[in-house]
Amino acid sequence: MDPSKSRDSAESTRVIQFPNDVLERILSLIDSHRDRNAVSLVSKAWYNAERWTRRHVFIGNCYAVSPQIVARRFPNIRSVMLKGKPRFSDFNLVPPNWGADVHGWLAVFADQYPQLEELRLKRMTVTDESLKFLARKFHNFRVLSLLSCDGFSTDGLEAIATDCRHLTELDIQENGIDDISGNWLSCFPENFTSLEVLNFASLSSDVNFDALERLVSQCKSLKILKVNKSITLEQLQRLLVRAPQLTELGTGSFLQELTAHQYEELERAFIGCKYLDALSGLWEATTLYLPVLYPACTNLTFLNLSYAALQSEELAKLVAHCPRLQRLWVLDTVEDVGLEAVASSCPLLEELRVFPADPYDQDINRGVTESGFLAVSLGCRKLHYVLYFCRQMTNAAVARIVQNCPGFTHFRLCIMKPGQPDYLTNEPMDEGFGAVVKTCTNLRRLGVSGLLTDLTFEYIGRYAKNLETLSVAFAGGSDLGMKSILVGCPKLRKLEIRDCPFGNEALLSGLEKYESMRSLWMSACKVTLHGCKTLATQRPRLNVEVMKDEEIDDGQSYKVYVYRTVAGPRTDAPSFVQTLCS
Amino acid sequence: MEAPPARGREAAAPKRDSAGEEAELELGLGLSVGGGGGGGERAGAKRGRILTARDFPSSVGTKRTADESVSQEGGGGSPTSASQVVGWPPIRAYRMNSLVNLAKAPRAEDNMSPNEKGKSKDGSEDNTRTGGMTDVDGREQKHIGFVKVNTDGIPIGRKVDLNAHACYETLAQALEDMFFRPAKTIDLTGAEENRQVKKSSKLLNGCSEFVLTYEDKEGDWMLIGDVPWGMFLTAVKRLRIMRTSEVNGIAPRFQQKSERQMRKPI
Repeated sequence: MDPSKSRDSAESTRVIQFPNDVLERILSLIDSHRDRNAVSLVSKAWYNAERWTRRHVFIGNCYAVSPQIVARRFPNIRSVMLKGKPRFSDFNLVPPNWGADVHGWLAVFADQYPQLEELRLKRMTVTDESLKFLARKFHNFRVLSLLSCDGFSTDGLEAIATDCRHLTELDIQENGIDDISGNWLSCFPENFTSLEVLNFASLSSDVNFDALERLVSQCKSLKILKVNKSITLEQLQRLLVRAPQLTELGTGSFLQELTAHQYEELERAFIGCKYLDALSGLWEATTLYLPVLYPACTNLTFLNLSYAALQSEELAKLVAHCPRLQRLWVLDTVEDVGLEAVASSCPLLEELRVFPADPYDQDINRGVTESGFLAVSLGCRKLHYVLYFCRQMTNAAVARIVQNCPGFTHFRLCIMKPGQPDYLTNEPMDEGFGAVVKTCTNLRRLGVSGLLTDLTFEYIGRYAKNLETLSVAFAGGSDLGMKSILVGCPKLRKLEIRDCPFGNEALLSGLEKYESMRSLWMSACKVTLHGCKTLATQRPRLNVEVMKDEEIDDGQSYKVYVYRTVAGPRTDAPSFVQTLCS
Repeated sequence: MEAPPARGREAAAPKRDSAGEEAELELGLGLSVGGGGGGGERAGAKRGRILTARDFPSSVGTKRTADESVSQEGGGGSPTSASQVVGWPPIRAYRMNSLVNLAKAPRAEDNMSPNEKGKSKDGSEDNTRTGGMTDVDGREQKHIGFVKVNTDGIPIGRKVDLNAHACYETLAQALEDMFFRPAKTIDLTGAEENRQVKKSSKLLNGCSEFVLTYEDKEGDWMLIGDVPWGMFLTAVKRLRIMRTSEVNGIAPRFQQKSERQMRKPI
């Protein structure tokens, strides 16, 4: 044992010090980045062992650290996940060209991590040049996943398909992409066999079907295939018979006139899919063709119907064949009746997301209500993740829901009309959300809506001791609301607020908090430039970025984005972003 | 126009204005729908706009839901409807676009004549080209796209791309821009083509004298806003911005009512 490794002799008699290589061997088995972060704090020896053995790094805010700092600390990274813009950029609250361009990172990685294999990006700007650079510089590159990114086109995908010889995963989801043509798919080399995951569901251009069919036939390890709407049922059948080993399938368009023979073939193809545990796509699915899915549904754990406007009876019949379902995403066209069917057919359900088919429609007679949610909570006691868009809700219903399912970890309720009270009592929704935080002690993520006074936030601050992410819109009465959160929630990491009457006093009440959080977003609130400057002055290790809010005429409204960083103010801020310096 | 003669509530040809009518004109222009609900003190909140079904009393046959403005004690902003606020409801842009296209895809169970069924088949195939946030330039072949829009008193019609909109509010806004922009030469009487309308400067405030209507597949003229956006897209053939005086012939009472509507905070 090397005496220089032990901290001091007294401790070495108590604590067995492992030789470095043993320690590293053990630590290399730890994957969770949170565990690794904890490990690195134990001692200098453990810090070093950890940094040498870390293969995957997760960076939740690309501006919290610089690529140089990352490379200096972690010499052996093979896999990176980067998140960029604030979440509200998904809803057009952040102007274009705000930043989060991945290229600076790629340039450093090309130098420091030439063996990089995996890159997963969320809300980053990615240009075609970056994709071409990636394909050219990293010869061992295997996994590319882009979610909610922007700035690239299918030309960039061509480069990836052409040059990444060992690609195992190409996952393109919900990006602001310039979809020029489907030619990229034909760019995979003729003898290409390594693909395991292919998801191009969110692209719209037609791809060359022969190329796709060949790809699917050759890639025997293909487990996840999600095609886009241009793929017909007939084509789907041909793909399925070549890939019966699929575990996740995203269909193309589910509407096509089939002959009886073709229908039978399709049915047989689905019967052959014995390993499916996730199903999505299903654009334009109707009563006619849904039954072909039934045989493949026995082991389904995830069903994503959020692009298929099913009616309640159609959903009821479908979920009757999905006894093992754990996660379900639907459109509110299924209505409460559809959700009642889910409640009786899917007792193992853990996650439910209900999206509005017509978000701007104000007709309260459409979509889902509190009774659908209540029904699911009665039938599915394991429910712990809900995202629910509705037009009416009551405090009593919410209270009963959490009583039935106290295990909620993610409770995201969106009553679509801003500031809407309990529709039966006309009271604020304070007591409903109060019940949520009092009952659900494991709550990690909360999205509130409806008419809410400061009382809601008092409840949250007092009871939500495990809360990490909170989204607030059109709510609250005074600075006291936001203060309650900042003073009360010890594990808060992300706070995003829009259109609330919280001002400088509220902002500054978080002085002690922000460095332990990832970020704070405030827009259309009452903070002023002066308040933000005060914050910046008092906390030099935070970046306090302000943008003039163009939506509001008074010329004094700002969108504020505050985040902790060890990289200092960012050097790529566009002219409309002002970083306030201390 | 090749469309069958309009049935229903009003005459096909726009009436000529008399001097008396012009004096009553206070055209609502400009954009009352704007993003962001912060503060509720925005200067532009009371500008006029083209009326849609939501403004009309139930006597005009629209379905009124309980969505009057909610006065919030201490609420941050007080926007009344989801569609007037930027980024709300919080749904990713990609999904929003998909929903628009979803609404346009006719379903097999829908009551359709054999004619329309054939059309809808084309529609559903064309839907494969849609979705996502891409601008597919000239390759769009959706069966709903550009429709004709005519305004009473303006002899030359326009075309508007319904695909570019996801709700009635943005459509109304676009039409206001198109027809009532002050810089344009607007000939309201239809009599002389080159007469500059001095009213164009008045067009930025006051109540709306116009109503937005559409002709559906059955040839009936309907008030915009009754049905969900998606259903509207499958039914609409063309649009017409009509004088409120022509709707059901209930002109004077109507204008008073619409004035009251204008005073409500948006």
